[in-house]
Amino acid sequence: MASINAGVSNIPEDLFLNCDPGPYVCELAPGRPGDNGAAQIVRDRISAIGLEGLRARAQAAENDLMSLGVTFTVYSDATAIDRILPFDCIPRIITAAEWRKLETGVQQRVAAINAFLHDIYHDQRILKDGIVPAELVLGNANYRPEMEGFPVRFGTYVHICGIDIIRDQHGDFRVLEDNARTPSGVSYVVENRHLMRRAFPDLLAGMNLMPVDDYGRRLREALTEIAPEGVEDPQVVLLSPGIFNSAYFEHVFLAREMGVPLVEGADLIVEDDRVFMKTTAGLRAVHSIYRRLGDDFLDPTVFRPESLLGVPGLIRAWRKGNVALANAVGTGVADDKAVYAYMPRIIKYYLDQDPILANVDTNICREAAGLAYTLDNLHELVTKPVGESGGYGITVGPRATADELAACRATISANPSNWISQPVIGLSVCPTLTDTGIRPRHLDLRPFAVTGRSTWVLPGGLSRVALKEGSLIVNSSQGGGSKDTWVLAEETRR
Amino acid sequence: MTQTTPLLSRYAESLFWMARYMERLENLARLIDVTQTYESPGLESEAWDSLVRIHADEEHLTQSQGMVDPDAVKRYYMLDRSNPNSIVSSIEAARMNARTLRPLISTEMWKHLNDFHRDLLRLTEQDLDGDKLSRLCSRLKETVQAHTGITEGTLFRDQGWHFYEMGRLIERADQTTRLLDIKFHRLTPKGSEEQRQEERTQWGAMLRAVAGYHAFRRIAPVEFAPKDVVGFMLADPCFPRSILLCLSQTEWHLTRLRTTYGLRGTRGPLEQIEDMRAALLDRSAEQIISISLHDFLDGMQRDLITLASEIGDAFFRDWRPTALANQSQSQVTAQP
Repeated sequence: MASINAGVSNIPEDLFLNCDPGPYVCELAPGRPGDNGAAQIVRDRISAIGLEGLRARAQAAENDLMSLGVTFTVYSDATAIDRILPFDCIPRIITAAEWRKLETGVQQRVAAINAFLHDIYHDQRILKDGIVPAELVLGNANYRPEMEGFPVRFGTYVHICGIDIIRDQHGDFRVLEDNARTPSGVSYVVENRHLMRRAFPDLLAGMNLMPVDDYGRRLREALTEIAPEGVEDPQVVLLSPGIFNSAYFEHVFLAREMGVPLVEGADLIVEDDRVFMKTTAGLRAVHSIYRRLGDDFLDPTVFRPESLLGVPGLIRAWRKGNVALANAVGTGVADDKAVYAYMPRIIKYYLDQDPILANVDTNICREAAGLAYTLDNLHELVTKPVGESGGYGITVGPRATADELAACRATISANPSNWISQPVIGLSVCPTLTDTGIRPRHLDLRPFAVTGRSTWVLPGGLSRVALKEGSLIVNSSQGGGSKDTWVLAEETRR
Repeated sequence: MTQTTPLLSRYAESLFWMARYMERLENLARLIDVTQTYESPGLESEAWDSLVRIHADEEHLTQSQGMVDPDAVKRYYMLDRSNPNSIVSSIEAARMNARTLRPLISTEMWKHLNDFHRDLLRLTEQDLDGDKLSRLCSRLKETVQAHTGITEGTLFRDQGWHFYEMGRLIERADQTTRLLDIKFHRLTPKGSEEQRQEERTQWGAMLRAVAGYHAFRRIAPVEFAPKDVVGFMLADPCFPRSILLCLSQTEWHLTRLRTTYGLRGTRGPLEQIEDMRAALLDRSAEQIISISLHDFLDGMQRDLITLASEIGDAFFRDWRPTALANQSQSQVTAQP
C-alpha cells in the first residue's frame, strides 16, 4: 500500500470532490467576494489533514466535550443521559460584509421587537391602527396583562434575543424565527471555538477572526445597566431551574463567564418586596436577574401555583422596581410564529425602515386566504404550529407521505389559527464530515443579541447543521449538530 | 482586592458534601483493602462480617444481596446502588454535588470528577475478582488523591474552600473511628506470644491501610501494644488521619470563617470541638480500651454527626423551602 501511494503522498487528495452543493448556496464556497481566499485555505488545510486525521481529531474533540460535561441532558423513561451536541469540525465562514448586514439586520429586528412590546403593553397603537390584528396579540397565551403600563429601563424587554436565520438559494439571508424568551445555544458558540483552538490549531493559523469570548462581559454589562436606578454595584445573578434542566451546562457557562452566582429559586427570598439570596453570611440583596425560567415558573403567587422552581413574591418585587428581570415577562408574544408574519410591517411601523433581513414568506392560516392557499399547496409547503419550538410538529410537504399530508390537513383544518405555512426554502449547505466522507449538509444560523441601553450582537452565532442527508431540520432535539462559525475580520491575512 | 464575594448557602453545603463523599469513597476503598488483607484461610467471612457490622448494614445487606458471604459484601460495598455508602453511590453523590458546584469549582476539578464517575459506572462484578479487588482499591484511592491534589492546586481559597476542607476532615475523622473499630472487633488482647505476633501483623496492616505505618514506627516503641496504635489513631498531633488532628484543622477553618469572613454561628461548632478534644485527651488510650474502645468510638461518631449538623445549622441556614426540606435528608451521614 505504502509504495503505491508513495509517489503522490505529498499531494493530498481533495476531500471536497464529492461535496457538490447542487442547487444550494455553499457556505464554504471558494472565491466568495471578501473572503480573501479563506475558504480555499480551509479546504486545502482540511484535505491536508486527510479523512483519517479528521475522524481521529473529531472523535477526540467529542470525547473532550463529554469529559468537560459540555452536554445537554435527555430524559426518557426515568433515565437521564448526558449527550453532547454533535460537533462538526469543518467551520462555516461569514465574510465581513455579510456580517455587517446580519449584524445591522439583527439590531433592527431587536429594536422593532422592543418597540412592539412597549406599544402593546402601553398604548397599543399598532393594534388600533390595524397593522397587527388585536386578537392575535391580546388573545395570545403569552400576552401578560400583568405587564400593562409597566415601565422597563431603556424600553428594553428582550435583553437576550436569538434570531434564527437561513440563507436561501439566491444567497439572501432570511429570518426564520425570532427567539425572544430564553433562547439557548450561545455557550456552544464559545465552546466550539475553544474546541477548535485545541483540536485544530493548524486550521485556525493566521486566520483573522472576530472574537467570540466577549459574550459574558457584554451580558453582565447589560444586566448591570438595567438594574434599578440608584443601586451602586448591583448584584447580578443567573436564575436556573437547576441541575436537572437540559440546558444546565449553559447556565453554568454563563454564570461563570459573567462571574455571578448561579442561583435556583430556593436560593432567593423576597422580603418587603426586595429580593435576597441566602448566603453563609445571611441574606444579601439581589438587583438584576438573568432568568432562564419560563414566565409561568417565575412566581407561584402570580403564575403556576404548583411550581417550586420560582420565587414567591418575585413579580411584586419586580413591579415595585426593586429588581430587574431579563428578559422581561411577556416577551413570548413577540416571538410567536403568527406575529412573526407581521414583523416586516412591524419594523416599518415603528422604525420607518425596510427590513434589512427579509422574512421567509409566510401564510397565516388564521386568515382565510392563507388557509386556502396552505391547504391547496400542502405538498409544497412547510407547515408549523405557531406555539411550538424545537422543531416539533413540523411537516415538510415535499418530503411527506400521502398519509402524513392527510393527517396534517386534518390537524390544520381543526384549528387553523394554530398554524402557519411557508414555502420550502433551499437552505444553504456547508461541507460536513460524514460516514461517507465530506458531504454538503443544510444549516442555519442563530446570532445572539444582547440589549441593555443599546444592542450588541455576538459575531457569528450558533450554526446548527442537519446531520442527516437532505434533512432541513437542524434542531438538536431532531438530530442536529453544530459548527464553529467564523466571522472574518475586515483585514484577513493569509 | 479585599472585598469578599458572597457564598450561597447551597454551595457551602454542596462543597461540604462533595468533599465528604470523596473522602468516604477513599476510606471505603481503604477499609475494603484492609479487610481483604485480614482474610485468613477459613476465616474469610469473619473478616467481611466486621466490615458489615461497623456500618450496621446487616439487615439491608441481606435484603439487597439475598445472602451474606464475602462476595455479596464486596458487591454491596463496591457496586450496590441501593447502599447509600457504596463506592458507586458515593461517586454518584459526589458528582451530583460537583454538578451543582460547576459555577464555582475549577474546570479541572469537574473534569476529573466527571471522568472518575464515568469510569466507575463501567465497573462490573468481574472487577472484584481475586487480586483485582486490591488493585481496584488502590486505583480508587489514588484517583481520590488526584482529586485532592487538583483541588489543592486549583480551588479558589475563599470561604468555599473552608467548607470543602471541613467536610473532608469530618468525614476522615469519622472513617478513622470505623477503621479502628473494624480492628477492635477482632481484637484478642490476651494470648500466646504467637497470637500477639499475629496481632501485631494485623495492626501493622491497618496502619498501612491508613498510610501511617512508617510514621508510627518512628514514634512508637519497638514492642508496640494495641494502646500505642489506638493512641496514635485517636490523638496523635501530627498524623493526618488522627481524630485530634482532623478536629484541630476543622477548628482552624471555623476560626478563619469567623475572623476573615465575619461569619457568625461558629460558636456552637467550636464548643463541640472543645468537648471532643477533651474526651480525646482526658483519658489515655489504655483507659479507653479498658472501659470500651467500641463505645468510645461510637460516641465519637455521634459527636461528629453533631458537629456536622451544628455547622449545617449555622451556615447552610435552611436554604430550602419547606416543601423541599425532605431532600436534605438525602445527604446522609453513615449510621454510627
